[in-house]
Amino acid sequence: MQIFEIFTEKNRVLLKAMVATDFKLRYQQSFLGYIWSVLKPLLLFSVMYLVFIRFLKFGADVPHFSVGLLLGITMWNFFVETTSGAMSSVVVHGDLMRKINFSKFVVVISAGMSALINFGINFIVVIIFALINGVQPSWWGLLIFPLVIELFVLSLGVGFYLGALYVTFRDLSPIWEVVIQAGFYATPIIYPVSLVATNLGPHYGPLLSRLILLNPLAQIVQDARHILIAPQNPIIWESFSNPLIKLIPVIICVLFFVGGITYFSSKSNKFAELV
Amino acid sequence: MSMTSISRSAKNSEDLQKDSDRKIALRVRDVSKSFKLPVDRANSLKVSLLNLLHERTGYRIQQVLKDISFDVYEGDFFGIVGKNGSGKSTLLKIISQIYAPDSGTVSETGKLVPFIELGVGFNPELTGRENVYLNGAMLGFTNEEIDAMYDDIVEFAELQDFMEQKLKNYSSGMQVRLAFSVAIKSQGDILVLDEVLAVGDEAFQKKCQDYFFEAKRNKKTIILVTHSMGDVRRYCNRAMFIQDGKIAKIGDPEKIADAYSNSFLGTSKSDNEHPEGAKESSLILDGIKLTVNGAEQQYIEKYEDFDIAVNIHNTEPVESTALRVDVVDGRGWLAFSLPDRDSKPHVLQPGSHTIVYSVKNTLAFGDFHVDIVFDNGTKRFVIKAAAYQFHMRGYAVSAMPLMIPHTEVTIDGN
Repeated sequence: MQIFEIFTEKNRVLLKAMVATDFKLRYQQSFLGYIWSVLKPLLLFSVMYLVFIRFLKFGADVPHFSVGLLLGITMWNFFVETTSGAMSSVVVHGDLMRKINFSKFVVVISAGMSALINFGINFIVVIIFALINGVQPSWWGLLIFPLVIELFVLSLGVGFYLGALYVTFRDLSPIWEVVIQAGFYATPIIYPVSLVATNLGPHYGPLLSRLILLNPLAQIVQDARHILIAPQNPIIWESFSNPLIKLIPVIICVLFFVGGITYFSSKSNKFAELV
Repeated sequence: MSMTSISRSAKNSEDLQKDSDRKIALRVRDVSKSFKLPVDRANSLKVSLLNLLHERTGYRIQQVLKDISFDVYEGDFFGIVGKNGSGKSTLLKIISQIYAPDSGTVSETGKLVPFIELGVGFNPELTGRENVYLNGAMLGFTNEEIDAMYDDIVEFAELQDFMEQKLKNYSSGMQVRLAFSVAIKSQGDILVLDEVLAVGDEAFQKKCQDYFFEAKRNKKTIILVTHSMGDVRRYCNRAMFIQDGKIAKIGDPEKIADAYSNSFLGTSKSDNEHPEGAKESSLILDGIKLTVNGAEQQYIEKYEDFDIAVNIHNTEPVESTALRVDVVDGRGWLAFSLPDRDSKPHVLQPGSHTIVYSVKNTLAFGDFHVDIVFDNGTKRFVIKAAAYQFHMRGYAVSAMPLMIPHTEVTIDGN
C-alpha cells in the first residue's frame, strides 16, 4: 500500500517541516498573531450564543448548552479546516510536485495536522470555558481522544477524495462550500437533538432525532458532549438496540478513510502532469 | 537510415565494452512517455460534461519520448542535450520520478537528488537557515544529514552573515546563490541538474566552474541538461543528444556537441544554400582558419582578439567586398558579417588570395560558426556553410553587450 511510505523517515521529516512552516507563517504579520486562532472561533461563538441561545432560546432544556455549542463549533471547524485545506493542498503545492518527487500524501496530511494543532489550542479554551461554567469533569472525558481520532480519520478520508478530485475539477471549491454549509445545519451543533424531537411532531420527531445520529459528525459531536459536558445529551449508543446500526457512523468513517486513500493513491502519480 | 542505425549500434557496443567494468548508477530501459494535450482543457465540470455529451475526448495524444534506453555509470559527468521540445526535460522528470513513464523502467543505485529548478519550495517569509532545512527536507534529507552539510552550504554561498535574515530581504542574486549551494553541496549519490549553471555574478560563476571541474576529477556522478556545448565539452565525459524524443547519438561529448551544433546547420543549409549559384561562381574557397597571435585556435577567451584567414582562388576578377564572412551564433542568429559594408572594395585579380580579417572580439560566450557567402549586391549565395566552428569560453553574463566588433581587412598581406 502506497500510504505506508508516509512512515519512512524522509516523509516524516518533510511532513514535520511543512507543518512547522505552516504554523510559523499562519499569522505572520498580523498584530495579534496566534491569539487569532483562539479569538476567531470565540467571536463566532459569541454571535451564535447571542442569536441561538439568548434570542431563540435553543437548548434551554440541556444543561450547559452554551458549552456544548462551543465544543460543537470547535469540532465542526476542525472538520471544515481539514477538508478545505486538504482539497486545495495538492493544487497549492502543484509547483513543488512539478519539480521534485515526494509522497503526495504528505500535503493532505500536513493540512490535517495544521488543523489538528489549531483544534488542540481551541479545545483548551473549551475546557476552560466548561470549568468556568461549572461542568463537572469526570474520567469519562478521556474518551474524547478516540473521538478526536475518529473525527481526524473521517476528515482525512474526505480530504483525500477532495484533494485528488480538485486537481481536475476546480468546480469542487464552491460545491464543497455549499455542502459544508448544508452539513452545518444538518448536524446538531447550533440546536440540541431534543429540538428535532419536539419540533417535528410526535410521528417523525423521535425517529428523526435518532436517525440524525447516524451522521458520523453528529455521532462524534453528541458523544463528545455526552462524555465531557452532560450525560443528558443523547448518543447513538443509547438510541438503537441493533449493534450493526450503532456502528454505522464508525463504518462510514472507516470507509471514507480507506476509499479516500485508495482513490488518492490511484490518482497521485499523475498529479505532477495535471496541476 | 539503416546506415545510421548500424553505426549507432556499433558505437553503443563499443561504449559498453569500454564501460562494462564500471558500476551502473542509473539505468533507463525502454522508457516511453506521451501526454494527453487537452484540446479544450476539461478543467471544469461544464467542459467535461459537454465533452461527455458530444462524445468528444477533449484531448489529443502527444508522444514525447520513444523507447529511451541508456545507462549512466558511477563517476560519469553525463550531459543531455537537445533542442527545445525534444523531450529532454520530460526525460529528466522521469529520471527524477516526478513523472511516471507510460512504459519502461528507471532504476538507480544510491540517492538521486534532482534540481529541475533551484530553490524549490523556498519561502520568502522564512530565514535563510529555515529555508535550507525546508529545501533539504523536500529533497529527501533528514535533519541530521542537513546538519552535516549546513556549514558547507553557507560557506559556499558566502552568506554567513545573512542566514538569520528572512529570504525576502535577500537580493535575487543571494537567493540564487543559496539555492545553488544547496544543490551542489547536497550529499546525494547522483546529482541531476537542469540548466542551472549560469547564475550569480562572475566570481560566483568561477566558483561553480571550479566546483564542476573538481566534481569531474572526484568522479561524482552528475547528470547535466544544458544548451551550452561549451559546458558539454568542458565537463562531460559522456553525453547524449536527444532529437524528437529519441536518442540521436550517445557517447563522446565532443561528437555530441558537434552533432548538436550541426543539427542547427541542417535546417539553415536547406534554406540558404544554392549549389547552382556556387557553380556559376568564379570564387572557390580553399581554406579558412581562425588564429590567435598566429596560432590556430578553436577555443577563444573572452575579449581575446582573433584573425579569420580565408584562402580563395578566382578565375574572374571580383570585388573583395563580395566575399562575405558571416559569424553565426549557436541559435543560428547572425552575430556579425565581415567585412563592414562601408569598407573600400578592392578588386581581386584571377589567382589565389589570402584575406585576413582581424576582429576585435566582443562576442558573448557560446558556440559560433562561420559561413562563407558570396554577395555582390545583386546576387547572394552560400559558398560554404559552417566552413569553420569555434567556441567562446566563459559564462553567460546578463546584459552582455552585442556589439559589432571593429575589424580590419588585410588582402594578400596588404
